[in-house]
Amino acid sequence: MSSITLVEAVNLALARAMEDDPRVVILGEDVGANGGVFRATVGLLGRFGAERVVDTPLAEGLIAGMAIGMAAEGLRPVAEFQFAGFAYAALDQVLNHAGRLRHRTQGRLACPMVMRTPCGAGIRAPEHHSESPEAIFAHVPGIRVVYPSSPRRAYGLLLAAIADPDPVVFLEPSRLYRLFKEEVADDGEPLPLDTAFLLRPGTDLTLVAWGAMTHEALAAANELAAEDVFAEVIDLATLKPLDLDTILGSVAKTRRCVVVSEAPRTCSFASEVSANVSEQGLMSLLAPVERVTAWDTVTPMSRLESRYMPDKRRIVAAAHKVMQYH
Amino acid sequence: MTVVARFEVRYTQYLDSQGRVVRPVPEFARDPRALVPDYGAMVLMRALDSKAIAMQRTGQMGTYASTLGKEAIDAGVGAVLAKDDVVLPSYRESGILFLRGVSPHRVFLYWGGDERGNVFPESPRDFPFCVPIAMQVPHAVGVAYAMKLRREPRVALAVLGDGATSKGDFYEGLNAAGVWKLPLVALVVNNQYAISMPRSRQSAAGTLAQKGIAAGVACEQLDGNDAIAVRDAVGRALERARSGEGPTLLEALTYRLSDHTTADDASRYRKPEELAEAWKREPIVRLRDWLAANGAWSKEQEEALHRECAERVQAAVKAYLETPQPGPAQMFRHLYARLPDAYAWQRDEACAPEPVPERHVEHHAG
Repeated sequence: MSSITLVEAVNLALARAMEDDPRVVILGEDVGANGGVFRATVGLLGRFGAERVVDTPLAEGLIAGMAIGMAAEGLRPVAEFQFAGFAYAALDQVLNHAGRLRHRTQGRLACPMVMRTPCGAGIRAPEHHSESPEAIFAHVPGIRVVYPSSPRRAYGLLLAAIADPDPVVFLEPSRLYRLFKEEVADDGEPLPLDTAFLLRPGTDLTLVAWGAMTHEALAAANELAAEDVFAEVIDLATLKPLDLDTILGSVAKTRRCVVVSEAPRTCSFASEVSANVSEQGLMSLLAPVERVTAWDTVTPMSRLESRYMPDKRRIVAAAHKVMQYH
Repeated sequence: MTVVARFEVRYTQYLDSQGRVVRPVPEFARDPRALVPDYGAMVLMRALDSKAIAMQRTGQMGTYASTLGKEAIDAGVGAVLAKDDVVLPSYRESGILFLRGVSPHRVFLYWGGDERGNVFPESPRDFPFCVPIAMQVPHAVGVAYAMKLRREPRVALAVLGDGATSKGDFYEGLNAAGVWKLPLVALVVNNQYAISMPRSRQSAAGTLAQKGIAAGVACEQLDGNDAIAVRDAVGRALERARSGEGPTLLEALTYRLSDHTTADDASRYRKPEELAEAWKREPIVRLRDWLAANGAWSKEQEEALHRECAERVQAAVKAYLETPQPGPAQMFRHLYARLPDAYAWQRDEACAPEPVPERHVEHHAG
């Protein structure tokens, strides 16, 4: 067991999957000799060769469509999109084919593929590099959307995503790529998909977050604890399909819920969580479900990103608001 | 200035529109009887097509994309593909699928609004109809990549229309296929129209085949109404792909003798004289004339063929009409390998028996 960063955990999981399953291939821009712009695929070309670590021409629609063809023909492609803002070109293929192929052929062909992309703000990246597109992908039927928040979960969830028989969009918070290290055992053990993780138990309110926002939520929970307000923190990890039971179980206990998302507010995944908790948890709730989100603005360039993303301060303020209800 | 590159695009034709041989036919056609099955397939395609339109017009089927005029292309492709190759069709390639063994009632089911129309038990690796334009070209790249990676002597064949060559997916796929020398054939069925847009306004390129040149991909134009030319050109492209020489872009010239679909009315945008002129070049009569002139086809055979086609059409219609209506569970089955627990309640609610409407009791005052 060694202490590694999230991006190293992604690399470790990719290497493990390629070692264990000859059907696994990696494709994307600069994933070969360069090891990916964030170094997520570093060393894989040397270990597994250029046929399985495929540097593609610069065309995101091609990468997505090609992964679909590979998957339907029996490979297990893991496609990298360099930045979330560039993954939108792949959306056409994800919507019209990846999410539909199994259904429209009634199980004859399937798409066991993973589309990885770094996403989210907080690393002072250029324009179009900092979006958090989870809600856009989560709207697509037939796929899974996974958003890990730690090295250990990145490792276990990526292995699960690669082994899954259906397409998975795997969103990697670039802000967490090198933020901290964690002990990760390279044991090839996947973590369960479709399952939320309890990060911190609490009694007074439930903080629901995913990706980089789990760390803002944990920081807020720390600060609230100093005021004797105990927040339970849940990391959704898989957004689609949503593990509503875990959230509702928590809300039944805490009776208050705050959902945090770094994407724009309108039609955000926070809205989806809020709607479900309001619909099905009404009898538990003492307070309206609060959403803490980014603004309904264009994701700003780096100078304003700290004013765009939700932070500990805004989450604490939302917690104070729901704590006013008894 | 120095010329740094020079290119040419070749055109293949054996039979002119009168069924006359314009150059010596290739080896496989030396005995004309070898083309009799192709002719039979073309006549069957046309019979199925006209039945499909009739069923749409009488409310027994939904919107349908006619194959009228492209029978030589579908027959030629079907004749030379190997069983293990993979076809990635657009929505107008039902003829190829028939020759892959797919039962015609599947095609009726598809256009009748049922996903079971894309289940091809006879040809399980082939892709389903692709309605969004050109998106099957990147799929074909992935399929061909998998074949090459596993050192299999198989080929991915994507079929697309003239309009599809304007899309990025087409260029992106062709470009990548060239880079990796993939066993891929992209066949452009240039039927002169993308719904209402004539070929002349789709691209300033002199041929659509030449779009392969920019990608470093071998390319060729052919007479898509000449069954011998199709079989020859597609056969050579498949052979090149299979022997590791890389992809080919083929442009088959034909004419859409039908409306775009049954929801379209082509008289809004093209002249009847143009259509009448195109009928003179259609593929079926041309091949029949050549077969007959070479003693490989008789009036009796023609009559027997039409009887046989009528029977097969009736059998397909029967199988189609007798397919039970899908239940709502079909929306959820195969959405995922296993339906996630989160959606089980939606399936259960969708599949719940429809409530019997309460008897409406009118209350009259007084």
